[in-house]
Amino acid sequence: MDDKIIEIKNVSKSYNDKPVVKKISLSIRRGEFVTLLGPSGCGKTTTLRMIAGFEQPTEGTILFNGEDITSLPPHKRNINTVFQKYALFPHLNVFGNIAFGLKMKLVPDGEPREDKRGNKVQKMRRLTKAEIADKVNNALKMVDLEDYGHRAVNSLSGGQQQRVAIARALVNEPQVLLLDEPLGALDLKMRKDMQLELMQMHKQLGITFVYVTHDQEEALTMSDTIVVMKDGEIQQIGTPTKVYDEPANAFVADFIGESNILSGTMVKDFCVDISGHKFECVDKGFKFDEPIDVIVRPEDIKIVPLDDKQCLINAEVLSCVFKGDHYQVTALTYGDERNEIIIHDNVEVNTGDTIGLYIKPFDFHIMHKSRLINELKGEIWEENVVQFCDGKFPCVSTLEEGTKVRVKVDFDDVELTDDEDDGTIGATVISSIYKGSYWQYIVRTDTYYDFFVDNDYEWSIGDRVGIRIAPDKIIIEEVKDEEV
Amino acid sequence: MKKFKFRFSRRAFAYPYMIFLLLFVVVPLVIILINAFLDDNSKFTFANFAEFFSDAGGGLTVLGNSLIIGLVTTLICLVIGYPCAYFLAKYHASNRVFVLLFILPMWVNFLIRTLSTKAIFMALDVKLGMGTVLFGMVYNYLPYMILPLHTTLVSIDHSYIEAAEDLGADKMTVFLRTILPLSMPGVVSGITMTFIPAISTFAISEILSSSKIFLFGDAINMHFSKTTNSFGVGSVMSLVMLVLVIVANVIVNLTSKDEEVKSTL
Repeated sequence: MDDKIIEIKNVSKSYNDKPVVKKISLSIRRGEFVTLLGPSGCGKTTTLRMIAGFEQPTEGTILFNGEDITSLPPHKRNINTVFQKYALFPHLNVFGNIAFGLKMKLVPDGEPREDKRGNKVQKMRRLTKAEIADKVNNALKMVDLEDYGHRAVNSLSGGQQQRVAIARALVNEPQVLLLDEPLGALDLKMRKDMQLELMQMHKQLGITFVYVTHDQEEALTMSDTIVVMKDGEIQQIGTPTKVYDEPANAFVADFIGESNILSGTMVKDFCVDISGHKFECVDKGFKFDEPIDVIVRPEDIKIVPLDDKQCLINAEVLSCVFKGDHYQVTALTYGDERNEIIIHDNVEVNTGDTIGLYIKPFDFHIMHKSRLINELKGEIWEENVVQFCDGKFPCVSTLEEGTKVRVKVDFDDVELTDDEDDGTIGATVISSIYKGSYWQYIVRTDTYYDFFVDNDYEWSIGDRVGIRIAPDKIIIEEVKDEEV
Repeated sequence: MKKFKFRFSRRAFAYPYMIFLLLFVVVPLVIILINAFLDDNSKFTFANFAEFFSDAGGGLTVLGNSLIIGLVTTLICLVIGYPCAYFLAKYHASNRVFVLLFILPMWVNFLIRTLSTKAIFMALDVKLGMGTVLFGMVYNYLPYMILPLHTTLVSIDHSYIEAAEDLGADKMTVFLRTILPLSMPGVVSGITMTFIPAISTFAISEILSSSKIFLFGDAINMHFSKTTNSFGVGSVMSLVMLVLVIVANVIVNLTSKDEEVKSTL
């Protein structure tokens, strides 16, 4: 079936030259429940707002039923939105809010006639009061608020306001309903109920839902398709099962569900080496000795007795916490390089025990690393000083002043300091992924370069840190003029 | 026996103002109230009321004229001020400089402003009369209309506008169905802040009409001047004025019962 209702083609959006959405392409099928999922600032809301028409893409086109609607104003699109903070009109009561769209709607009046020139003419009329009342009451019934028509919107609870917002959008019978984190303001219990209700509505009405959320569980529960976004780029598009079981990269794996993300190398096809231990896997086609990320879901690791022939690796139990339907075990593998692993299993173990672990070959998810080394352009400031990212770093170089250079720094050679002023330049932590024995951070400098940093200490996303690099760890290569 | 002991607490900071209020607001009001019931020989009488309400001295006519001029001024201010506040809010929401340009004239004493306006009219050879008075009034009270309107318009959440567009409203409908009703508190407060001073104004009409147009404020002023020396009637008129202000405020409070009337002044 290829019945696409919305097609987004190479769409980019920047504010003041700062890109928010970068060349994304996406097709949405009629009747689908699509979720745009990602951390805040990943461009998901901007994408939704471009579909609604509140934002104009800087580049690219958006098609609706095959027609270009890129610059069509929102009121001419047969798309309605449920806003994050509902945006119910405070000067109107519940009935007035829901009737708002209907009062402006034009419907065909009678059969189309032919005018003198032979063109088909369709007389349009507004809905009558009775028709509006009828539709509003039906919408209220749909969201279980039958007797609330006369109430002021401010007198309603968050959940009720949410329902009014949904009714206000759906009463216009849109072909696509956009929902911008609609459940964000509700408490957990209410959120679960509304999730089910929204799914029910989607099934009943058969219209297309485009849902924006940062809640991975919500996305997994409700969607037909999940679009995982990060930094304005689509990371993966797939069904919830696919995105969960076969994450496209370490980011998706980390963002959706809990996972153990470890660094390893591919020894040969179907064999991965993690910290000196070799495991059988089902992946192939990687380069020999290529550094890769290995992702293993906690529930895919089985605790087995040490003498079991399934046992692949031994580990020491650091903690064991009861989580209702399973135990969450944190264990440290034995070996030269010890990795911390999280396991979900229903056996209870004691801290300090040595346990055996078994993982099916199928459950090792192997993916290319997104970057192997930090590489950026710089310029020699003076002897033994190189400038990049608006900072002057001491280095070992005898190249002439003003020489354009390519600078390379290994992930674990970038030092982070708590105090921004202790570093040569300041930066903000924008991502952190635990890799079993260390954290991999992405820190963004004020000049918008993202450094990948491997570090043993813990920082939170949003922290300001200083970046320092030992002079002998900066690899400098001269760039020939023609390359620049 | 209880002895009054002065304790220096935070409350004490309010005393200077309370004393000021008592001396310069409450006491004069009481004096006016008493004056209204006294004749020239300081005897109790209702004659002052009779004189005013029978329109013997033309007081009621002047009041009527004042109300009409006040209404017209307010209306003109609203018609000019709304679009002005709207565009200021829409295009310079974060930029207070333009708003400042509109309040700047208020920093000049209104008498000086009015006298200069008169000088300009004279230089241009414009005949002083109703037109010039209205001009002066609008010029003086326009900022009082624009400011509350601007404050309300700026504080309207943009998502309401987007919601209206989303539901199928074109630009005009968005304005009529959302922005206008949502800015009503500002309109009401703008009207109050223009209308109440406008009906009680004096000097502006006198200066800009060469004393040909006589408003209620001027009339009160005249009654208290040494030449006429009719404090009694003047006091009655002051009370009428006070009642009008109270009535206007009550109406405003009723119309904006639910919504907070925001004013920046």
